[in-house]
Amino acid sequence: MGEKKIKLSDLNKQLADMNVKSLEGIKIEGDIELEIETGAGGVGPLFAYYFGEEVAKVAVQLVNMAKAFGYPIDSLLQPVAVAEAIAPPEIKEAAPAFKIPDTLAKAKFEVGTDKTWKHQIQEVVLGATKADGGSRGNTVTIGGEKALPFFYDAPMPHRPVVTMDVFDMPIGMAKAVKMHYEDVMNDPAEWAKKCVNEFGADLVTIHLISTDPLVKDTSPQDAAKVVEDVLQAVDVPICIGGSGNPEKDPLVLGKGSEAAQGERALIASANLNMDWEAIGRSCVDNGNVCLSWTQLEINAQKELNRKLMKVAGVPRGDIVMDPTTAALAYGLDFAYSNMERIRLGGLKGDEELTFPMSSGTTNAWGVREAWMVRSPNKHDSDWGDRMLRGPVWEIITGFSLAMAGVDIFMMMHPFAVAYLQEITQSLMGLVKAETPDTANWITMEA
Amino acid sequence: MKESSPLNLYKFLPKTNCGECGEKTCMAFAAGLIARERMIEECTPLFDPKKQKKYAKKLTQIKEVLAPEVALIYVGTGDRQLKVGGEDVMYRHQMTYINKPPFAYDVTDAMDEADLVERVKLIHGWRKFYIGNWEEVEMVAVRSVTGDPDKFAKCVKKVMENTDKPLILCSFDPKVLKAGLELAAEKRPLIYAANKDNWKEVAQLAYDYKVPVTLSSPFDLDGLKSLALTFREMGLKDLVLDPGTAPNGEKLQESLHNFIKLRRAAVEEGQRDFNYPVMSIPLSAWFTTDDPVRGAYWESALAATFVIRGAGIMIRHSMEPHSVMPDMHLRFNIYTDPRSPVQVKPGLYKVGKPDETSPVYLTTNFALTYYTVESDLGSNEIDSYLLAVDTEGIGVQASVAGGQITPSKIKDSFAEAGVDFEKTSHRSFILPGMCARFSGELEELYGYKVKVLVGPEDSGRIPGWMKTQWPPKWEE
Ligand code: SF4
Repeated sequence: MGEKKIKLSDLNKQLADMNVKSLEGIKIEGDIELEIETGAGGVGPLFAYYFGEEVAKVAVQLVNMAKAFGYPIDSLLQPVAVAEAIAPPEIKEAAPAFKIPDTLAKAKFEVGTDKTWKHQIQEVVLGATKADGGSRGNTVTIGGEKALPFFYDAPMPHRPVVTMDVFDMPIGMAKAVKMHYEDVMNDPAEWAKKCVNEFGADLVTIHLISTDPLVKDTSPQDAAKVVEDVLQAVDVPICIGGSGNPEKDPLVLGKGSEAAQGERALIASANLNMDWEAIGRSCVDNGNVCLSWTQLEINAQKELNRKLMKVAGVPRGDIVMDPTTAALAYGLDFAYSNMERIRLGGLKGDEELTFPMSSGTTNAWGVREAWMVRSPNKHDSDWGDRMLRGPVWEIITGFSLAMAGVDIFMMMHPFAVAYLQEITQSLMGLVKAETPDTANWITMEA
Repeated sequence: MKESSPLNLYKFLPKTNCGECGEKTCMAFAAGLIARERMIEECTPLFDPKKQKKYAKKLTQIKEVLAPEVALIYVGTGDRQLKVGGEDVMYRHQMTYINKPPFAYDVTDAMDEADLVERVKLIHGWRKFYIGNWEEVEMVAVRSVTGDPDKFAKCVKKVMENTDKPLILCSFDPKVLKAGLELAAEKRPLIYAANKDNWKEVAQLAYDYKVPVTLSSPFDLDGLKSLALTFREMGLKDLVLDPGTAPNGEKLQESLHNFIKLRRAAVEEGQRDFNYPVMSIPLSAWFTTDDPVRGAYWESALAATFVIRGAGIMIRHSMEPHSVMPDMHLRFNIYTDPRSPVQVKPGLYKVGKPDETSPVYLTTNFALTYYTVESDLGSNEIDSYLLAVDTEGIGVQASVAGGQITPSKIKDSFAEAGVDFEKTSHRSFILPGMCARFSGELEELYGYKVKVLVGPEDSGRIPGWMKTQWPPKWEE
């Protein structure tokens, strides 16, 4: 490799000396110096044949340059007879001349819809008003989609809704969450009221965690009393959650379901590892809706839904699925694709999957990035203020799964609830706002 | 590539089983191509000049079949080269998304020098450790706010002095772009953008400087296609499409619809003349608010929208941790290959500051399970040891069923990690609840010198479990 400086006038002379008449037509004003790396690749064998290796390199530069100036040089350099004689191993096609047209090409963009989406997701009504045998002020309908969320194929009939978590005893929570509930932590009824009146919850979930034998081992009867208190305190539809203990939950949720008889409460939840039949039957007997919970496994979800319908006798319109929410940075990829597959399966007509979906979005707070003060890894960039980091963890976890098909979100942080509602409703076209002219974002002052 | 059968690629290969690609057979290589684990260039005979006559046609054909559904564009050079686009599927579970959209954070030529340098350093140096990798910012977008070519050039120069990350040069004024290209062209920046007014001049720049170019046609896909076809006709094929990112209102819905339409046209309908990667500009969130928290949150929400629905590259603004961190993780999660579970290295890990009295837990090397258990122990301040058994990255329940975890494998794993239970005060370890049925056999394997405790099925219940079950009681 080496560098050579050569003047165009010299080059022309050199080429002329070699009887390359076809290049004489090029006239470039001035005496430009070209810097040419010799020994670099990029020279076609034809050039080499014509000009000898070294000069060829110069010629290539010249030709490119001439092209850049708009000279129709390619046609002048087309080899005619010689090409066959030497049969080079690889002929680089000469690039066509660069020519800017006078006007833009006419074009019409067209694209279809997904024709395999032939089925509608089951609509499920949560809550029952007096007229329907309950005591709620309103009902909430979820499901009914004919396409993936926010796709243009078909509008979403119902907006995603949020049910905010209420616990039947004080629990440990991230600081950013706790500050909103400190005053109501000992009173589930007040807690529920706060969620509805101050934070705009569509529903509330009363989690009966004190019933866990390893926690307080509260009796199912006492738990049912808390359910009654919450039903008294708020008039939105409610969800009733257990402690997650597979032995006790069927008993607790059975009593809870009785306490909410006729209210179309969402009972959370039946799982394959427990007596799902008892939970399913108590939903049927008491006019409630059954949450079918599986752990990131589409076939298990199908199996449980099938069993709830066929064995426990839960009607199609009374099933909601919770395929498990693994949070952002903590397996969200599994949760996301599992849900998207489930929803696509439903739209394509898999009768065991055509149900609305629920997400335990509060799981986001279990991720260390949501609550830790600072990174345990000292080489990380600054993690900033956890009071700001936490809510966005819950927003992005929930919203991503909204994109995958979730209809109802169990959440905790009031900001997260507000943002989730705003972004999902914006993508449904429900939020009327004047859109600023973003065409000149480049010059935006920020 | 739409092809899913190795047989249909095999027919374009030399079929000699020569082994030069490192596979024993051409069929195995074909399977590697289908899995996107091998590249056609690795079949060297196809590219041998001496065999050109024989293979030229096959090579052309197979290249056509292998071409990604969303065109692949290269930005930057050398180690910093980035792949933009190159996707093959509509939904990630259908195979995997391949090239995560580079994030380009903005700087402007209106910033004073100290602020500019500080911000470039922040962008350049940002990093976060995640599942064994460093997440980083890929690019810097230089915006011309002043409209002055000299100021822009000065800014580009300063940026290049402080980072070698690829640039996006942003202006609708060809003179400004040219000033930037004079300095940056050889690093192959992306230029932003050609539109219906300046396209002739910008096309000339893209040609002269051999750089990829963005085409901008906000909320007008006919116009966008018209630009793309025109550039294509001129031989300019390194294109990125900007269909507009509205930050709010009904136009935001339209923006998402446009992204879905473009992806579907490229991937599901095979519209090969209009299949370029798409740019999203979540920075536009800042048009709607002056509130720094609201701006950052909303930008993250927009970024999530378009990361999930197919943006190939993004221009960003907020470098606040509460915006960068979630967005980086979301992108990582969405672009994780769902075909191979993420794993941690098998072996013994410490949680907190364990000593000889601390409990010894075990789980699988499936990253999600491992990190869950680790976090459940760590966040509850349970100083402990945690053994990750090599189950090929399969979770506890599935590996019990599939035989990737067995009593003898557990014993071997402890031995390999150098664990001597005689040196612990409790001579015991704790099985995941899902492995309960191994306990008898394990105690037998250890000659009843080690107590095998059965923990809860969910590691979230470990703190409660510890209250009643720890430390173990040895009968005298
Ligand atoms: S290098 Fe090519 S020809 Fe040789 S075995 Fe591999 S695929 Fe077959």
